[in-house]
Amino acid sequence: MLRYLAQRLVAVIPTLFGISLLVFIAIRLVPGDAITTMLGTEAGMLTETQRASLEAYFGLDKPVIEQYFSWMSRVLQGDLGYSVRHGKPVLTLILERFPVTLELALLSLIIALTIGISIGTLSAVRHNSMIDLFGRLVALTGLAAPNFLIGTLLIYTLSVYFGILPNAGDYTDFTENPLKNLGQIIFPALTLGFSFSASVMRTTRSAMLEVLGQDYIRTAHGKGLRPRAVIFGHAVRNALIPIVTLAGVELGYLLGGAVIVEKIFALPGIGRLTLNAISQRDYALIQGATLFIAFNFVVINMLVDLLYAAIDPRISYVSKK
Amino acid sequence: MSLSRILRIVLVLAVMVMGVGVMTPAAAQGDNTLIMARAVDATGLDPHTQTAFASLRLLELVYEPLIQADENLNLVPALAESWTFSEDGLQLTLNLRQGVTFHDGSAFTAEDVIASLARILDEATGSATRTNLLSIESMEAPDDYTVVLNLTLPDVPLVAALSSINTAILSSEVIANGDPTADVVGTGPFMLESWQPEEKTVLKANPNYWGDGPFVDGVEIRIIPDEATIMAALRAGEVDFVMFNDPLIATLPVGDATITINRAPEISYHVLQLRAAVEPLDKLEVRQAISCAIDRQEVVDVAALGEGQVTGPLTMPAWTVPLDELFCYEQDVERARELMKQAGLEEGFTLPVIASPSEPPSALPEAQVIQEQLKAINITVEIESLEFGTYVDRWLAADFVGAIALNGGRPDPYPMYSRYWQREAQFNNVAGYIDDTLDRLMKEGQVETDPVKRYEIFAEFQRHLAEMSPWIWLYTGYTYTGQQAYVTDFIPTPTGSIYYLSQVKLNR
Repeated sequence: MLRYLAQRLVAVIPTLFGISLLVFIAIRLVPGDAITTMLGTEAGMLTETQRASLEAYFGLDKPVIEQYFSWMSRVLQGDLGYSVRHGKPVLTLILERFPVTLELALLSLIIALTIGISIGTLSAVRHNSMIDLFGRLVALTGLAAPNFLIGTLLIYTLSVYFGILPNAGDYTDFTENPLKNLGQIIFPALTLGFSFSASVMRTTRSAMLEVLGQDYIRTAHGKGLRPRAVIFGHAVRNALIPIVTLAGVELGYLLGGAVIVEKIFALPGIGRLTLNAISQRDYALIQGATLFIAFNFVVINMLVDLLYAAIDPRISYVSKK
Repeated sequence: MSLSRILRIVLVLAVMVMGVGVMTPAAAQGDNTLIMARAVDATGLDPHTQTAFASLRLLELVYEPLIQADENLNLVPALAESWTFSEDGLQLTLNLRQGVTFHDGSAFTAEDVIASLARILDEATGSATRTNLLSIESMEAPDDYTVVLNLTLPDVPLVAALSSINTAILSSEVIANGDPTADVVGTGPFMLESWQPEEKTVLKANPNYWGDGPFVDGVEIRIIPDEATIMAALRAGEVDFVMFNDPLIATLPVGDATITINRAPEISYHVLQLRAAVEPLDKLEVRQAISCAIDRQEVVDVAALGEGQVTGPLTMPAWTVPLDELFCYEQDVERARELMKQAGLEEGFTLPVIASPSEPPSALPEAQVIQEQLKAINITVEIESLEFGTYVDRWLAADFVGAIALNGGRPDPYPMYSRYWQREAQFNNVAGYIDDTLDRLMKEGQVETDPVKRYEIFAEFQRHLAEMSPWIWLYTGYTYTGQQAYVTDFIPTPTGSIYYLSQVKLNR
């Protein structure tokens, strides 16, 4: 088990290295730099000397290869660099924003799994009933309606019909005021959760339908087990693998920031931080943030693999001698 | 536990969490603190290097220039109480306001003025506004409250250049021993308490402000990146004052008597830039044909929902000429076809046009309307939609044929166009056109001291530009702010400045 973990962790390193190189090159291939994005066309009014002085200020004066190696060597020492624009170390910025993203991701995942697994199971058990029809309708709506539409409708309804907007640009940390924080995060979480619940629901439904048709389920019914025990004791657990896979991938995405929802609901998460960094060509921040996001993704993938073993005893990472 | 029971519990919990969130009272708003929201944050705090509108909107609350443009674009005293040119126009004497203090308590004197202007002129600073001050040969301070600028030529527009927040006066102490990109020590009505980029800026009223006000205890500027959400926050009463960029959102029918939307004509202008340096735009007839084929009013009506006014090159009310004096300002497709025929291009050609979708928000609709209109003379407009950083890069490299742009206006025509329509000007190559008349008129306009003669020079300049059609000036839009009914005394300005937040009162 430990050996498996160690192997997986070692495999993370080349992945992250590759990503860092890719991002480093890609962002420099995009036209424009920190100076042109800050000054707009006014950048053209600068003399050579002026431009050189600003390049030194933003750390753009060194050759690209040198920039990469000096950045990489600092990353290896745990320093993700410094954002001139924010006047703060990149790691500090990421850690400031990450709790928002994590909270939003987990809450929306809980919402999605609750809605998705419940309706999905019900749909499968009452196959082709009104409940099934309703469930599939919800799933279709969730899949078809984009986040920005649901989010904007929510905000419009809240502000115009109820005269409230829980987050008017004054996001409050959970530790500071839990109630206010929950009020601010619940609507974006619902927006994300609703969209994602659709896929969860569909996956649950088809996995359950498959499991419910298996021999051992018939056997369980035959033994005289109550239907509830059959469904929860035998069927759901066996249908969980595809759901966990789906949830793991989704969580990975969500931890990279839900840019659109963060923007609509004015949440200071990782997504907006990275997006702004890209539009301002804040190289250090872009590199640091993407590395962080990639790291999360890889780790979550690993956790999902470990979960498989917990759900299905046939899967094991213990080396057999 | 049955499944339906689990579901029921989950639903109850969800409703409770939502209810709690909803009932939580709005942030404990300091009764007399103005809560403001806008979509875009400043990109930095150094007034000498920041040029983005979003940055200026913050810095003008904290810093002040020597002279200020008021809501009618008249140049009025700020840190300088008065200014006079010598007889020959080679000396500009500035009499400074006495009794002004910086936010750190130090006194404002001539030393600060000289240090600030010297910092802008120092190439190491990287200030784009330096070009407007190049006529300054030397500076002297006969006493603590007088500064004399010795000039290389009678530079009349220098006064206007000194009215920009880019020529704000910093404390000489900060310039010498501090970091002007981070230490925000100004003389303005508000003092910077904290700046969290892309989140929140907190300003406190300057108790020692020399002018009237401020009448609020402070301003809290929140960044809400989506303007539809800003409108929602205003309607929900969560914020007191907001700024809008997108006319489509600002003009949503509000139908709420407690909200006021302020609209002020702005001096920035929407323009179709054609590079006359590129074939076939090098033919005068082709450019003129494009000018004649475009229905400017339709561009305003369709792309900006009528939120704008057709304009000539100069947008400031004191400098405009009647539009019927300008070449082909009424759409005339017959004449356009005739001109294309003269150019030997009846068959038309393909015109690539670059545009950046958010700068301004109406850029793509503008390009699309023009695309439709130019079909009448067989010109196929190919729209290339670019991210802003890429757009700027291409624009600066003159790597385009046509471009949709929103350009800033200035209170004075010379600094507004000197960079484009003079030989050797920084952006003349990008503008792609120059002739002797334009060059001569710009140079005369810079040194002419008589206001009537100066107006005539720039009127001729505009007529000539419209006739040569290197660019097709389209329209000027409006700046939009919104406020609750209990917010009073705000004055919107044509430059979009929110300096008059210093006059705002809250009657909650």
